[in-house]
Amino acid sequence: MNLNILWFVLIAVLYLGYFLLEGFDFGVGILLPFLSKDKDPQRIDLNRRVILNTIGPHWDGNEVWLITAGGATFAAFPHWYATLFSGFYLALFLLLLALIIRGVAFEFRSKDENPRWRVMWDWAIFVGSLVPAFLLGVTFANMVRGVPIDANMNYVGTFFDLLNPYALIGGLVTLVTFTFYGALFLSLKTTGEIRQAARKAATRIWRWAVLAQVLFLGAGFIATDTVERAGTIGVIIPLVGIIALLFSSYFFSRDKEGWAFVMAACSVALYLITTFVALYPRVLVSSLNDAWSLTIKNAASSPYTLRIMSIVALIFVPIVLAYQGWTYWVFRKRIEHKPEELTY
Amino acid sequence: MDPTIIARIQFGITTVYHFFFVPLTLGLSVLVAIMETQYVRTGKSIYKDMTQFWGKLFVINFAMGVVTGIVQEFQFGMNWSEYSRFVGDIFGAPLAIEALLAFFLESTFLGLWIFGWDKLSKGVHALAIWLVAFGSNVSALWILIANSFMQEPMGYEIQNGRAVMTDFGALITNPNVWVQFPHTVLAGFTTGAFFVLGISAYHLLHRRDEEVFRSSFKLAAVFGLISVVLLVVNGHAQAQEMVRSQPMKMAAAEALFQSEDPAGLSLITITDLSQRKEIFSFRIPGFLSFLAYNRFSGEVKGIHDLQSELSQKYGEDNYIPPVIVTYWSFRTMVGSGFLMAALALLAVFIAYKKSFIPKPWIWKVFLWAIALPYLANTTGWLMTELGRAPWVVYGLMKIRDAVSPTVGAGSMLISLIGFGVIYALLMAADIYLLRKFAKAGITAEKDNISDGQVPSFIGTTG
Repeated sequence: MNLNILWFVLIAVLYLGYFLLEGFDFGVGILLPFLSKDKDPQRIDLNRRVILNTIGPHWDGNEVWLITAGGATFAAFPHWYATLFSGFYLALFLLLLALIIRGVAFEFRSKDENPRWRVMWDWAIFVGSLVPAFLLGVTFANMVRGVPIDANMNYVGTFFDLLNPYALIGGLVTLVTFTFYGALFLSLKTTGEIRQAARKAATRIWRWAVLAQVLFLGAGFIATDTVERAGTIGVIIPLVGIIALLFSSYFFSRDKEGWAFVMAACSVALYLITTFVALYPRVLVSSLNDAWSLTIKNAASSPYTLRIMSIVALIFVPIVLAYQGWTYWVFRKRIEHKPEELTY
Repeated sequence: MDPTIIARIQFGITTVYHFFFVPLTLGLSVLVAIMETQYVRTGKSIYKDMTQFWGKLFVINFAMGVVTGIVQEFQFGMNWSEYSRFVGDIFGAPLAIEALLAFFLESTFLGLWIFGWDKLSKGVHALAIWLVAFGSNVSALWILIANSFMQEPMGYEIQNGRAVMTDFGALITNPNVWVQFPHTVLAGFTTGAFFVLGISAYHLLHRRDEEVFRSSFKLAAVFGLISVVLLVVNGHAQAQEMVRSQPMKMAAAEALFQSEDPAGLSLITITDLSQRKEIFSFRIPGFLSFLAYNRFSGEVKGIHDLQSELSQKYGEDNYIPPVIVTYWSFRTMVGSGFLMAALALLAVFIAYKKSFIPKPWIWKVFLWAIALPYLANTTGWLMTELGRAPWVVYGLMKIRDAVSPTVGAGSMLISLIGFGVIYALLMAADIYLLRKFAKAGITAEKDNISDGQVPSFIGTTG
């Protein structure tokens, strides 16, 4: 396999890691205000702490997948990195703001008793989860659909060009799917009333996730060239993703939460794989002229750099997976309503 | 407004801000790891109290470092796309390696450390914080390998107008890496030490938790003295590297307009506003030559000679960096460094000479001295980066050619204001929390729990 293809796959793997891991912790953040409801304000606060502690040990490590994906894109496909990040400027700016306030909020929220302090950071977590969950979908949809890129690989559109109907549906796909995925994660990681609330939320949200994904698949026929280029495989993969969602709901209704979670994860994975299949061999599609699209060839680093990076990645990605996997094992227990056991 | 100026202001603000948190992470992680190791070895609760108290402050600081770091990783592409295209082949690799080797390690094991007090054995728990410390310092290595390419490009060749990597080994063995990396890490260790010294001094002044803070003070004093002495020695080596690789930066840092042999070290120099002429100067004869060559003679080139040399080599342009900022940044950094060396010596004396009871003002001096490493860290980077102007990659690419061509000034202004406002608010929240927990000490926190209140800090159940 040539190194350009290997790196296209590796970057897909890094984003896959990111979507699979941070996907549910975005969902948890989005559900935070809804699943913690209670008449007693102190109980609300305790509920929120339980919810936050389910992802407490993990969110930071999950986020590194995005940083690594960004860094790897810079190293392997500098033009992809340069065009995407300068072109989607304001969208990325919003994404960064959201991730900043969210990360700090996790760490700061429970370190002060003042209810107003806590509510402020709870908002930061909610908005900081909602905005990226939506923007990631918008960004990936635009990459496939094509954006105005000129002959010099520069983005020549505006911020509002990114907000086309297809991309907005793409944003809904990630937003709703992540929320569903997060609800399943919470039902696996909590007990008692929060678990019940999470279960209720999951049964309500799943159909919206299916609807969004079906809509996105349909819109893809009109807005993208996926079928022409990738053929039936470009339809089969997202279809299987939608079927995985149906299975997820099926398992869930049979009280097999673990399997339901795995199926939702499959659906997230297949959504991302669809994106990369639709892109290949391009990395960023130009809507002005197909010859101006960025590809795994014209956007890439030198073979020498790719070789060095391949060695590093093939050694360290498995190591990272091993120790991150281990942390999930260490913190496998459900989080209970015992304040003395809560860290956040 | 010129987008290049906005992009530069944004880079300056976000980078200086990010580097407020990084050095403390580098140093405090090691100090906390040492404390916890002592706890594991002796089983004494005093070391556990120390670990948890300083660990709490470490975590607050770390969160800020992480989130501001994401901006660093992304804004090369956002604001400096031409730069990213030009050096991506070389610059992207260490950045990606940094994330893969270091960021994953520190983030994952910090999560384990914070949440794992009663889930891991004592030894594994201590190992987790050592891995955080190791990860942080490894991350410094890779980002400085990237930065060193900007200071002294190596291991590349220009193909089709892009710098292409030809020798990865040369990137790593770049001499600039091996003066800059120790300097940054030692500066981080010194920052950690002065942070611990200052807050310990505050509690010793108020005679609270004296056992814990005496012990913290002693550890930080020894750690700080070793670090700062090595830092000064290493700074000398770095200055020599600078004279060799970027003579203009040294000339600006010394406000040396005319070449001199032997060259005198400036104690104070006042220039006119054009930054091209000296109005008044007091120099110690021969000492700049010594700084540059380890002997009291030898020519150090001045700004004007270098300007004409560089114009000949690279074409007519202004090759003079902002002299006043570079000059005063250098003075502030070095001055803070020597002051910290003296204070560290005093701290060791206080820690080991039991019969010496410091007056309250001495404790207060240590509290205020927390500002010194921050001052030195910031001015050090200002000098390093501004002193390279007009180059973004020395000798290869100028700053004005590096900026994104199609991002409008309006978008850049929005992000500049957005980051500025959010960063200011977060700084307020961060300082509020750090002050709160630093002042609370240890017994106050424990009383809180016995009152049946919700514990709001790490590791209460361990």
